Parts: sequence; structure tokens; C-alpha cells
Amino acid sequence: MNFEFTEEQLMIKQAARDFAVRELLPDILERDAKCIYPERQVKMLAELGFFGIMIDPQYGGGGMDSISYVLALEEIAKIDAATAVILAVHNSLTAYGIEHYGTEDQKQKFLPSLASGEKIGAFLLSEPEAGSDATSQKTIAEDKGDYYLINGTKNWITSADHGGLYILIAQTYPEKKHKGINAFIVDRNSPGITLGPHEDKMGMRSSDTHSVMFTDVKVPKENRIGEDGFGFSFAMKLLDGGRIGIAAQAIGIAGGAFDLALKYSKERKAFGTEICNHQAIAFKLADMAVKLENGRNLILKCAWLKDQGKPYSLESAMAKQYCGDSAMEITTEAVQIHGGYGYVKEYHVERLMREAKVTQIYEGTSEIQKIVISRTLLKD
Amino acid sequence: MKILVCMGNVPDTTTKIRFDSEMKKLDTNGVQWVINPWDELALTRALEIKEQSGGKIEKVSVINIGKADAEPTIRKALAIGADDAYRVDADPTDSYFIAAQIAEVAKAESFDIIMCGIESSDFNDAAVGSMLAEFLDYPSVSAVSSFEFNDGNISLKRDIDGGKETISVSAPFVAIVQKGICINPRIPAMRGIMMARTKPIKVTDPVATDSLIEALTFDLPVSKAACKMVDADNTDKLIELLHGEAKVL
Ligand SMILES: Cc1cc2nc3c(=O)[nH]c(=O)nc-3n(C[C@H](O)[C@H](O)[C@H](O)COP(=O)(O)OP(=O)(O)OC[C@H]3O[C@@H](n4cnc5c(N)ncnc54)[C@H](O)[C@@H]3O)c2cc1C
Repeated sequence: MNFEFTEEQLMIKQAARDFAVRELLPDILERDAKCIYPERQVKMLAELGFFGIMIDPQYGGGGMDSISYVLALEEIAKIDAATAVILAVHNSLTAYGIEHYGTEDQKQKFLPSLASGEKIGAFLLSEPEAGSDATSQKTIAEDKGDYYLINGTKNWITSADHGGLYILIAQTYPEKKHKGINAFIVDRNSPGITLGPHEDKMGMRSSDTHSVMFTDVKVPKENRIGEDGFGFSFAMKLLDGGRIGIAAQAIGIAGGAFDLALKYSKERKAFGTEICNHQAIAFKLADMAVKLENGRNLILKCAWLKDQGKPYSLESAMAKQYCGDSAMEITTEAVQIHGGYGYVKEYHVERLMREAKVTQIYEGTSEIQKIVISRTLLKD
Repeated sequence: MKILVCMGNVPDTTTKIRFDSEMKKLDTNGVQWVINPWDELALTRALEIKEQSGGKIEKVSVINIGKADAEPTIRKALAIGADDAYRVDADPTDSYFIAAQIAEVAKAESFDIIMCGIESSDFNDAAVGSMLAEFLDYPSVSAVSSFEFNDGNISLKRDIDGGKETISVSAPFVAIVQKGICINPRIPAMRGIMMARTKPIKVTDPVATDSLIEALTFDLPVSKAACKMVDADNTDKLIELLHGEAKVL
């Protein structure tokens, strides 16, 4: 057992931190207020290799481990959760999916442009009537011999507009239910793809989220991932890993709010003393710190298991549920510690509290994580 | 041409500084070490110049005088983009000692341009650069805030009272750089971090040199007194405090 980070892991964490403070913090309030996509920053992160962080160097990536990845995501999310979700979807879902389940041809064709950040990845699973219940896919991928014909609508798609490469989940054999579902690599610019308007969200406002409509979109057969009917099982495997990324994002948001609350509590005075000297505030800080530590340890354990090639679906469900719920609690307390100042935008905790909410919702709600956890416990 | 960038290994600038019980040595417990910020700027500019030089600058090396525990910081410099590194295995006791050691390597490896930060953020001696130039018998240019390399013609700008002085210089020389030399220090990229694994750090023993400085004791600055608030209408009170207590009137 070894709790020490390696020199490289620390270097990556620091690089992410330096980048976030220098490049993301200065315009975050404006991007949040006006829903501006971090175009410049995404380009810089791409140049630094954060969009290929775990991809094998033979496809142009950095070949770093999952621990480095979650440390980087956490540092980015501390400052800017919207940029963190762009990275998380791209790395944990799109890039990982192609690298681990794609054919050699697919890897050579698609990974280099993902690794360089020339193309940003998106993952299209949710539908207007298929969220938690992802088995009830209504988007149809009709087998036409040498291509599939796609029709249907996907909802809530992160990076739908700025993303260049989609992983699409769709139904080929409705009678087979989830066993008839397939996964495809789809170019965002394929004829027949149209986007709904930018969703006006509570948080993650600087990331673009749209519904995506497919009308007679042709996808070549060679773009299907895995065997015929592998799509649902593929999506679930991806989400197991994706949840570690979202947990890291959640704990980043929470850590950012905690740092601000800790600092503020040592500066703000009430009743003749700094508010951290009031036990009610000091105990809040203690509770927040314990949750942060627990959350981080859960995430690191998942990342370690993943790097060791060991199973991690139970642990990643635990991490996602715990970190998402803790992020909501910690950010709410951070606002409370700031009093009225916490309720205005200038102090950032208001935004962090809004950002935290969605970590209990996407990539499986907290309730769904508890279903995964309890079913695993109750199995046989 | 070859550039050598001198880099100090210093406590992170946000470190809470503590000394041992005799107030003679820095207490290094829990200290996070970083590249001296000015040296990091020098390195960034050196790499930019190399990239724009069309091959005229073959390599950028870094040198550190320090023990093995400085290697993580050295590897960060390699991850940022330095081609290789030298470490002289000795405690960096004072500026004279450090400059003597760097001079030895610079001479042996015949570097054309030597860049160093104007001072270190820990001891603020601001002496290594000039001493090094003396040891090497090279010209030195201090307070350099702009470094241009056009097809081998080197033009430097120095900050002087009320303005800037532009000078042209030919190698070999020592450039002592300060803020302004580049916009921001470079953040290491994944590729750089990966490549740093295989870049060489050449370790050599120090040459015999005396340290000329012995620190008798260190003092911590007195903590800032709490801010006193005076009612806006009460100017008499303000004058009384400025006169009687702060003694600035
Ligand atoms: C900002 C944002 C970005 C997103 N990005 C993407 C993306 O890139 N790609 C993508 O595919 N999707 C994305 N999503 C969609 C997200 O994954 C879904 O919203 C999520 O899975 C929940 O689905 P739903 O909204 O349909 O809620 P529902 O499934 O309708 O759930 C409603 C409520 O019922 C609860 N519930 C449902 N079933 C059960 C049950 N069996 N037991 C107990 N409680 C239950 C849920 O926990 C929730 O509280 C994004 C969503 C948001 C908000």
C-alpha cells in the first residue's frame, strides 16, 4: 500500500492547477453569465496534451495513468467545472471507448485527432425519454447492408456543437431490447445532423449542451464499435469509467468551494472575532474536510483499480454517488459560511454550488448509483 | 549555438517560511520546491528563441547546483522543454560558490549564451549572474527584459531608470533576466513530461571553492499590525494616530 503520488502525477496536477488559475479563472464569471464556450482555453489544453492524456503514445497521446487524469480533472474543476466536463466526456467516454473497444483501424483513424484535441469527443446516450432508463432507446440504427441509417433524437449532449466526433448509442433490433443496441462512431458534420438550441442551464454554462436530431444519417458499417448488439454493454462499461471522472469533477468543485470558505472564514469578522473562531463555523469546515478526504480516497482507489486492470464498477458507483452528494453539501455550506456574500456571483461559491448540482444527475443520478451499489451487494 | 539556463531550486513562493530552533537554517519540512520564478522565465524565453532560431540554436540546457533532492525540479525544467540538464552535486551555500560551479561547467561544455534570473526568490542575493560572468571573463548584461535573436543577431533590452536601453551583443555572454522577458512561464505539456523521462541529467562533483558567506542568524519579519479603522468624520483621531502612533506626520 502506498499513498505517495509519483513525481509525474504531481507535475501533471500542478500543470493543471497553473493552467486553471492563469487561463480559466480570469474570464470564468463572464463565460458563466453569457454561456460562452472556452474556445481559447480548449485549444491551449489541447496543445498541452490534456485531450490525449491517457491515450497510448502510438496514437499521439500522453500515455498517462488514470490517477494523473483524475488529479488533473480535479484541479481544472476547482476553478472551472464546465471546462472539466468537456475534458471528462472527451477522455473518459469518447477516447477511452474507441481505444479500448475499437478495432485497430478505428483506433488509427480516430484516436490521433482526439489525442491532439483537433476533434473534441461527445457521447450520445440520453434521449428525451431515456435518461436513467437508458435501455429504452428510441433512436433507430437500421442495418442497410454496408451502412446504418440513423433516425432519432438525443438529449443533453455535452459538446454537441463544438465536439467533432460523436459516439452514438442507438437501437438496431427493438425486439431484442437492450441486446439489440449498437454503438457507432459518427462525424459531427455528417449530413442529416441538426442541433437544438443551446440549453440554458443552472451550471456548466460555459460548456455547450444541445439536443441532437438525426434524420436519415448514414454511418458506414466499419464505424460500429464491437459485435452487433454490443452497444448497451459498451455504454455501461464506459460509464463505469466515466463516473470516476465525474466524481473527480465533483470533488474538484467541492475543493474549490472549501478553499474559498476556509480563507473567508479566517478573514471575516463577526462578534469581535474571525468567524472561524465560532465553533459552528469551525465544525462545518471539519465536516467539509472529512468529506473531501473520503471522496478523494474513493476516487484514487477507483483510478488505481482501473490502472491495475481490476474491476471497479462497484467502487466507481460509490465514488460518483458519494462525491456528487458531498459536492452539493460542501458547496452549500461554503455559501453559508460566506453569508450574504456567498449569494452573489463575485465570490464564486454561488457558481460552484450551481455547478455541483449536476454531478448528482449526469452519468447516472445518485439514485441510480445506489441501485448499482445495492444490486451488486445483493447479488447471489 | 548552445544556451545554458541557470536554475535555482527554491521554496514555492506561497510557502510559510520557518527556521530551525537556532534561527540558522530554513526548516524544509513540508516545503514544496519550485524552479526559481525568474529562472523559469529565462528558460521559457530560451526555448522560444531556440524554436524561432531555425536550427541556429542547437540546444538549451539547464544547470542546478544542488543535492539529489533537487531532481524533481530539474525534471520539471526538462518537461518544460530543456534538452538536457547538469547538476553539480553540492549544497548551494552562497552565490560565490554557486557561480564558481556553474562557470566550471559552462567553460567545459562551451556554452555560448548563459541566462539566469536576476535573483532567487529565497535569498535575493542577485549576485550569481555577475559573478559568473567575471569567472568566465564574459560580458554580462543585467536587468534584461527583452531578448531577440534574429538570424544570429542578438538584441537585448534593459530596464533603466525611466525607460529602456537597447543593446546588441555577441556571444559568448551572460544575460541576467527579469520580468518581461516572456509573458508567462511555460506549463509542461504531457508530451514534455513523457519525454523528460529519458532526457539526461549529468551529475558532477563540485570543484573546490570556499563559501564566502556564513549566515549568523535569520529573523522573521514582524507580523503586520492589524488595520485600524477610523470613522470618516473623525479626522482628528486619524491625525492623532498618524502622528502619535505611526509617527509618519
Ligand atoms: C448538463 C448536462 C449534461 C449532460 N451531458 C450528457 C451527455 O453528454 N451525454 C448523454 O448521453 N447524456 C448527458 N446528460 C444526460 C444525463 O445523463 C441524464 O439527464 C441523466 O442520466 C438523468 O436522466 P433524466 O434526465 O432522463 O432523468 P430521469 O431518468 O427521468 O430521472 C428523474 C428522477 O427519477 C429518478 N429515477 C429514475 N429511475 C429511478 C429508479 N429506478 N429508482 C429511483 N429513482 C429513479 C432519478 O434519479 C431522478 O431523480 C447530461 C445532462 C445534463 C444536465
